[in-house]
Amino acid sequence: MQKKITGSKIYLVIVFILLYLPIFYLIYYSFNAGGTMNEFTGFTFEHYQAVLADKRLFQIVVQTLLLALSSSLVATLIGTFGAILIYRVKSQERKNSLLTLNNILLVSPDVIIGSSFLLVFTFAGYQLGFISVLLSHIAFSIPIVVLMVLPSLEELNETMLKAAQDLGANSWQVLGRVILPNISPGILAGFFMAFTYSLDDFAVTFFVTGNGFTTLSVEIYSRARQGISLEINALSSLLFLAALLLVIGYYGISQYNRRMHEGKRLGADL
Amino acid sequence: MKRLVYFTLAISVLIIGLFGINQSLNHSTEKAGTGSLTIYNWGDYIDPSLIKEFEEEFNLRVVYETFDSNEAMYTKVKQAGTNYDLLIPSEYMIERMIEEDLLHKLDKSQITGIDHLLPDLLALSFDPGNDYSIPYFWGTLGIIYNDRLISEDAIGSWADLWNPAYENQVLLIDGAREIVGLTLQSLDYSLNSKDLDELDEAKTKLDDLAPNVKAIVADEIKMYMIQEEGQIAVSFSGEAADMMAENEHLHYLLPEEGSNLWFDSMVIPKTAQNIEGAHDFISFILRPEIAAQNAEYIGYSSPNQTAIENEMDPELVVDEQFYPNLAALDHLEVYENLTLEYVDLYNEIFLKFKMK
Amino acid sequence: MERNRFNKFFDQSDSILTIPYFLWLAFFVLAPLALLAYQSVQGIDGRWTLENIIRYFSSTSYLKMTLQSFVYATMITLITLTLAYPAAYLLTQTQHKELWRMLLILPTWINILLKAYAFIGILSQSGAVNNFLEWLGIGPKQILFTNFSFLLVATYIELPFMILPIMNAIDEIDSSFVQASHDLGANSWETTKEIIFPLSLKGVRTGVQAVFIPSLSLFMLTRLIGGNRVITLGTAIEQHFLVTQNWGMGSTIGLVLVLLMFLVMRLTNKGKGKSKGGF
Repeated sequence: MQKKITGSKIYLVIVFILLYLPIFYLIYYSFNAGGTMNEFTGFTFEHYQAVLADKRLFQIVVQTLLLALSSSLVATLIGTFGAILIYRVKSQERKNSLLTLNNILLVSPDVIIGSSFLLVFTFAGYQLGFISVLLSHIAFSIPIVVLMVLPSLEELNETMLKAAQDLGANSWQVLGRVILPNISPGILAGFFMAFTYSLDDFAVTFFVTGNGFTTLSVEIYSRARQGISLEINALSSLLFLAALLLVIGYYGISQYNRRMHEGKRLGADL
Repeated sequence: MKRLVYFTLAISVLIIGLFGINQSLNHSTEKAGTGSLTIYNWGDYIDPSLIKEFEEEFNLRVVYETFDSNEAMYTKVKQAGTNYDLLIPSEYMIERMIEEDLLHKLDKSQITGIDHLLPDLLALSFDPGNDYSIPYFWGTLGIIYNDRLISEDAIGSWADLWNPAYENQVLLIDGAREIVGLTLQSLDYSLNSKDLDELDEAKTKLDDLAPNVKAIVADEIKMYMIQEEGQIAVSFSGEAADMMAENEHLHYLLPEEGSNLWFDSMVIPKTAQNIEGAHDFISFILRPEIAAQNAEYIGYSSPNQTAIENEMDPELVVDEQFYPNLAALDHLEVYENLTLEYVDLYNEIFLKFKMK
Repeated sequence: MERNRFNKFFDQSDSILTIPYFLWLAFFVLAPLALLAYQSVQGIDGRWTLENIIRYFSSTSYLKMTLQSFVYATMITLITLTLAYPAAYLLTQTQHKELWRMLLILPTWINILLKAYAFIGILSQSGAVNNFLEWLGIGPKQILFTNFSFLLVATYIELPFMILPIMNAIDEIDSSFVQASHDLGANSWETTKEIIFPLSLKGVRTGVQAVFIPSLSLFMLTRLIGGNRVITLGTAIEQHFLVTQNWGMGSTIGLVLVLLMFLVMRLTNKGKGKSKGGF
């Protein structure tokens, strides 16, 4: 038993090392005086100083995060109810057709999505800018949310739902007190996947942006012809660290809350 | 449920906070000037301090947006959902945009400093009277090689790429015009050929190149050559300059059969709002000291003769590969805008070659 | 009439919440799809034609490319699944699984182009992996531009998208089932095989869809890491939309992708029927 646990621990450690390897590589070279991600010639903070002095880059980061957070929040909302809709469809045939439609944006390459959204927006006479980018990000994030929420819904205990209804709960109460709490892991997974999709996207944003609105991805890709400077590495390292602290902080607080909560309940039981 | 509600609240607070920061940032930049000038350019393709200098001198706020390919830029400008005042595309795209009536004719009386430019770089086929475009940077397509494995006299022409000794050694730039074009030139044809027999011959010849090709890549080619992943590469002179700065074993050569002469030039689209500001910006870039500063920052070849002769570090400009004697090179061809039908044909040849 | 069929447990009052989803379907799925279909029957010169479709089905290059895309997407999916399943299972057994879940997502927030560049550095001839091989006495090997490196990096990118849904599915398994199985004398291997694995299949299905479908149209990695030695439908679409500006042909290939996706959905849903029958 003991041996098995260490074996599995080693496996997990290897998986996580693989996941973080390129990121540590990026961070390491953000301190390189040599200017490339190739040979480490000396230690320097100059790339970090350059980032902190670059006002334009700072605004791009703010815009990127603003976009990613708001688009994934809205996409999660719409996608969750979309998933509930698909879940309620009884006929397998219709369920499949709905799911196929749902997944079309997942399978379409970004250039197709970007150019057809651009056509839709210009056809509607819409001014390109933050709002058009936001709508597009919401649009391409919805399918992944649906995909993440659906299995949680299928795990729902039907007798529980019936019982709640028999006890006189109306549909809003069933939704708020039974369904949503039970599918929250799927919803959270959907939110984070949507967030990832939004941060990663380059092509769609490129096509539908305008009026000075840019995201970090667009900036990084358009710098590729000139060679991406280590300034971008430094910026990514800072963002990564901030996210890491946020995650650990959030987890710490929720752990603390839970322990307090459990402690209280234990006291009440006694 | 509680967890979901808290989570939503936390995210909403973050969104509101970020929105506030963004608004205040917009505010602080807006008061810098009365009007604004929107420039659409490749990423990191101007010395940022020049933008600041321009903003202060002309009391304008510069909005700087970036693109990563001519074609993507074209799609956006044509769809006209957004207004740009100044673009910096490449020459074949400029020709196409002139043909499709997307560009504003320059008012030469509003531009000062055209006489600083190298005369050989003016009045070329894509814009014979320079009625629409003013060169920003220029360069050639050539061969980059690593002297640790390939000696200087072993290579000098496009045809040398077919040398069986270089099996699985060559990195090619991912562009149909470039690769089919160099094959045509190696056969002594024009790189703008529309002759189906010539193209067919090029296709057969190109297929013979396949065993030598290690990879077909784009901007990453720079990184690969610096890291010595490949020994020979076909790429643009501007990229080559960057590579050579990082790895002293790399050299750039212009093949003897000829090469492509490329330009990135400043143009004003028809949809521009601030036409006067765009003209001012062109004049600003034409000032020799500004052109020199920009060229030293970017590392590409400047078209500004006065800047080259008087302002720039002489060591940078003596290199014949980057500032070749233009009069002596009659094999330098500029890409002409092929019709869509031929663009498709060139790409089909290239795609088949990639699939080998 | 539709709603009556939809509603199993609810009265209709909360159906208004699904309106945005329908609006999304109309404006961002059906409208672009119609646009795609319209463009695919247009030639470069703007007249109506079936030329694109004929060209696609009569060209060995395109058919070969389609097959290649399918094969690579399948391989990427299988490799990620093999790596992800044990990882997902083990993660649900850890003490701080919420924290691990977040740490799993975190790397996906770093720009993909930057991560690809990091891999170029790690896998190149003078990179870390080859230095290690040299130290072992094996000597440097060509790793970049091989199928191996392409699959490795693609797996890396897709791994979290597979682990997460599987982890969620295992997490949601009612612990009383597992307890009951133990009480009935099953050992942990039997419990895993008989209880956990079948109940986690929903997560596996989601993971397979979330990885396979986008993998069909990968294009950037095929160039960056694969050196264009691997050509997928994504590459061709990218080229037609951006370089040749032949949107008609690009749209035709796009429709083929939708068709392929539809096939995969059918196949994975067949599996679904079976697992339901088993329970």
